[in-house]
Amino acid sequence: MVTDLVLRTSGALVWIVAIPLAVASLNLLVGKRLGRWAGILATVAVFASFGIAVAEVRTLLSLPAEDRLFVQHLFDWISVGGFRVGADLRLDTLSATMVLVVTGIGALIHLYSIGYMAHDERRGRFFAYLPLFVFFMLMLVLGANYLILYLGWEGVGLCSYLLIGFWSDKVANAEAAKKAFITTRIGDTLMLIGLAMLVFKFGTLDFEPIFGTAAGVLTKDTATVIALLLLAGAIGKSAQLPLQVWLPDAMAGPTPVSALIHAATMVTAGVYLVIRSRVLFEISGTALTVVLVIGVATALFAATCAIAQFDIKRVLAYSTISQLGYMFIAVGMRAYAVAMFFLVAHAFYKALMFLGSGSVIHGMHDEQDMRQMGGLRRAMPITFVTFTIGALAQAGIPPLAGFFAKDALLEIAQHSGRATVYVLSTLAAFLTALYLGRMLIMTFFGRPRSDAAERAHESSPVIWIPLAILAIGVAFAGLLELSPDGRLAVYLEPVVGVLNEGSGLSFLELAGIAVAVAVVALGMTWWIYGSGRVDTEAFRARMEPMATAARNGWYVDRAYDVVVIQPAKTLARLTADVFDAKVIDGAVNGVAGLVKRAAAGGRLLQTGFVRTYAIVFFVGAVLVLGYVGVRV
Amino acid sequence: MRTPIAYFLLLAGLLFAIGTVGVLVNRNALRIFMSVELQLNAVNLTLVAFARMHNDLSGQVLAFFSMVVAAAEVVVGLAIIVSIYRRHRSVDVDDLREMRW
Repeated sequence: MVTDLVLRTSGALVWIVAIPLAVASLNLLVGKRLGRWAGILATVAVFASFGIAVAEVRTLLSLPAEDRLFVQHLFDWISVGGFRVGADLRLDTLSATMVLVVTGIGALIHLYSIGYMAHDERRGRFFAYLPLFVFFMLMLVLGANYLILYLGWEGVGLCSYLLIGFWSDKVANAEAAKKAFITTRIGDTLMLIGLAMLVFKFGTLDFEPIFGTAAGVLTKDTATVIALLLLAGAIGKSAQLPLQVWLPDAMAGPTPVSALIHAATMVTAGVYLVIRSRVLFEISGTALTVVLVIGVATALFAATCAIAQFDIKRVLAYSTISQLGYMFIAVGMRAYAVAMFFLVAHAFYKALMFLGSGSVIHGMHDEQDMRQMGGLRRAMPITFVTFTIGALAQAGIPPLAGFFAKDALLEIAQHSGRATVYVLSTLAAFLTALYLGRMLIMTFFGRPRSDAAERAHESSPVIWIPLAILAIGVAFAGLLELSPDGRLAVYLEPVVGVLNEGSGLSFLELAGIAVAVAVVALGMTWWIYGSGRVDTEAFRARMEPMATAARNGWYVDRAYDVVVIQPAKTLARLTADVFDAKVIDGAVNGVAGLVKRAAAGGRLLQTGFVRTYAIVFFVGAVLVLGYVGVRV
Repeated sequence: MRTPIAYFLLLAGLLFAIGTVGVLVNRNALRIFMSVELQLNAVNLTLVAFARMHNDLSGQVLAFFSMVVAAAEVVVGLAIIVSIYRRHRSVDVDDLREMRW
């Protein structure tokens, strides 16, 4: 641990988060009047943020490896008795990686959004929410304690909600936004309980003291409970089983939002959280196994769903869930550096593919159904090339970034003797290549299957320039890993430690197997969808009812509806219409009615006849005197 | 030879009973008023009688006080009855019912 090192203060960290926040506030207030300047301003702000982050990281890297930590104390946020929480920022190599991804890819997506949202009336509002998201995401990764992290965590959830439901004139979009918010809220609530337990056990939420003393303070069981509660938050945010249902629906938002929030950054917050809290997970051990199991299950589950989708964005959504599952697998095997590398590579190629799909949707005039596409490679050559690079990267074709990430993961699974994980991961990789090939061929190859596809056009430079930059990133980012130790692993070592992985098949054998699997899968999709030798309709019919089930996410949504939502609604209706209306209101109204009836009877005593009063008075006097007389 | 105390008390009780019945059966406010005075004076009589029995003047003093207060009360009471009469052209207590509820 790094508790004993001198904390270096850096004054520039605050600007990384402050600039997007300032622009977000500005656009929120006067974005409507700024017109197209709102987008330009937001883009410049995030680029500025990226620039400062790069400068900071360069300074960080100029230090010796064990000194690589900047902190900045902004102000005391909460101070109650002995419990203090400061608004502290912290830049170590782990958060630096995240910051560069968030601001770098975020900046490109802002640039892209200028073109994508050019004709939207409410773009001022859009360019307020998007930098606001960047701000919260940066708080999440830069926070030096769990409360700042949680602030960012809830903030990105809010922005996600606002942006999924951005076109809220359609009820489905608003429903999707609500679903995303509420589903993640389940995990967040458990996570908050976890944070409360941390306060209870440690009296603080700062990372340093918690991780420094955890081994002495926590028993194995307590660590397991806390780690699992934190994991619940991560599962919600990263759309892992069993809380994966919100992400496919989240595609209702504008495509840049899907790219930035629901592929590249926010959904990876869960992975970040687990890596950040790795000390707790390692004390527990059990929790890491849970992470691994969930990762494997999700990777396979989502991959099968992706194969059957028709909506191009839903393919990408399920693919994101599946890839996040891979990251959880890596984390579960303690291969944190591999998980981070996977995260970075995935951020690149998934952002690229989402933006590419946005370009396709734009060119097709808001058509998302791949059955209506086809043959777009001629109409949209740049989109086609960049999208293909992204897809091949994810499928694991060398020398693209995804190949190295997946290969590192499979290598660790194999070398650490986790044969089951290795086989299942390879199977998921096979499925990955299948759905990617299917998507690629259905969209870009063959003949145009609709008028829109025939009249499709290439998007404007402001849209394809970010695509090109990301494609270059995807193509070359992986080469960094070619050095023997794996550069990101070395770089992350001060935070995540070293993994002793054991030994097994050589790099070349593993890579050969992985590439062969991917190529075979791609070949199969070519045979089925591209060669014209298979009747795809008949093929689809033969796969029923599997295809429909997979398309509907294996009916998990429907199961939740029956098991959770309908009972909850019934209970709510029972509470509202029976308990509240009859029991609560009945009690209140009953008391009022009783008083009223008593008063109605009582007022009859007031007859207004003086003589009646007189006789009552007289009788009363006689009774009192009689009582006194009897007693004496 | 002194008159026995019982005679005074009998007379006072009789007067009080007459007053009570007068209050209960009359509808004219003035008559009720007079009956009340009768009850008061019945009580004054008992005070004086007991004072004589005990050879103690404080009972008689109390009777004077009672009469003074009664006189004041009569002034106020009669004034109210007069103003009621001006308003209602009647002093029948059964007609005076608008203050209920």
